[in-house]
Amino acid sequence: MISTKQHIDKELIPILEKVSDPEIPVLSIMDMGVVRSAKLIKGVVEVSITPTYTGCPAMDVIGDDITQALKEHGYEAKVKLILAPAWTTDWITERGRKALQEYGIAPPLNPDADKEALLGEKRIVKCTNCGSTNTKLVSQFGSTACKALFKCDDCQEPFDYFKCLK
Amino acid sequence: MKTNLYNYILELGDNCLIAGQRLGELCGHGPSLETDIACTNISLDLFGQTRSYFQYAADVKGDNATEDSIAFLRYEQQYKNVLLVEQPNRDFAYTVARQYLFDVFHLLLLEKLQFSQDMTLSAIAKKSIKEVSYHVRFSGDWIKRLGDGTDESHEKMQAAINDLWTYTNELFEVTEAAKSLIDDGIAIDAATLKESYYEKVSALLEEATLTIPESKYFQKGGKSGVHTEHLGYLLADMQYMQRAYPNMTW
Repeated sequence: MISTKQHIDKELIPILEKVSDPEIPVLSIMDMGVVRSAKLIKGVVEVSITPTYTGCPAMDVIGDDITQALKEHGYEAKVKLILAPAWTTDWITERGRKALQEYGIAPPLNPDADKEALLGEKRIVKCTNCGSTNTKLVSQFGSTACKALFKCDDCQEPFDYFKCLK
Repeated sequence: MKTNLYNYILELGDNCLIAGQRLGELCGHGPSLETDIACTNISLDLFGQTRSYFQYAADVKGDNATEDSIAFLRYEQQYKNVLLVEQPNRDFAYTVARQYLFDVFHLLLLEKLQFSQDMTLSAIAKKSIKEVSYHVRFSGDWIKRLGDGTDESHEKMQAAINDLWTYTNELFEVTEAAKSLIDDGIAIDAATLKESYYEKVSALLEEATLTIPESKYFQKGGKSGVHTEHLGYLLADMQYMQRAYPNMTW
């Protein structure tokens, strides 16, 4: 059985929380849920990260950033990319969701609501600028693989929506 | 080396690579900004999946193989993708039709592959399903929009479907490599996907007011390395840098 639990050594958490997603600088990789394990084994920190999307170009950079951050604290690191269990938007923490919203990216809805929003059946995605739900889908695909493009019909601002992945 | 397993991984990965390369050609050339971004996003997903397959293939092959050597240093006859995905982007209707006819198959395949006894293939499938669900929604929406759109868009979409239909049957061909791995629960018997594939596709074409082609003649050969003339040009473009400047990196 593949565990969906994270195994991260306590003393490493503050260091890893300082590493951010290069595409969404306000979001730490810990709040993003991409770090699945980090353990100090015989003087080397072994870190496992999982991609949000298989083609996510940020993964290489995240790997390098983790190595660098740990090095600054005197740790040698080995970063491994794992695919199972597959990342889901449920792993974004509450703090992460708030950071997304403040940054201008509407956080993911639950799967049913997500489908209704992306099929244009219901206006439920909250505008990150004015808070109105009078918003509509402009494109199912946005500036990165994980986002869709929305527009607010009240304040007329375009904004990103983080698609639900479950 | 486990030759059959290696060949089966390539069969899976090459479809993603070549379909992704075709969509990638639209980068900066899509009919509108949104469709351009969508096509290249789907392309990126497919390349990501390709990398997972090829990293695994490189492990199985050993012999200093890497994901890059597998992608860039094989010859045309060594690619095992189906003929469908290598067909060129004639117009947007054609691109969307090709993608839809592949996406439906791709999702059906992955839904089975996630239960493969091979843990790596199962993990790649589970991860990919989430992405491909979005792909088929996008391409399916456009089939409906163009099929049930103006007279001109209907005509173009119907022409694309008629033309590409001949490549659909090859999707369900079972190769020797796959055959040897089905009993162990590693590979999927593609033939078992055929019925639900044509059911799904036919239902959507009807909804899009399109006529389901009656053609009974089907092209095949891609899975055994016999490709249409289009693949050579695609590879020439894709492999140019590695061939001209061997081992170059960014």
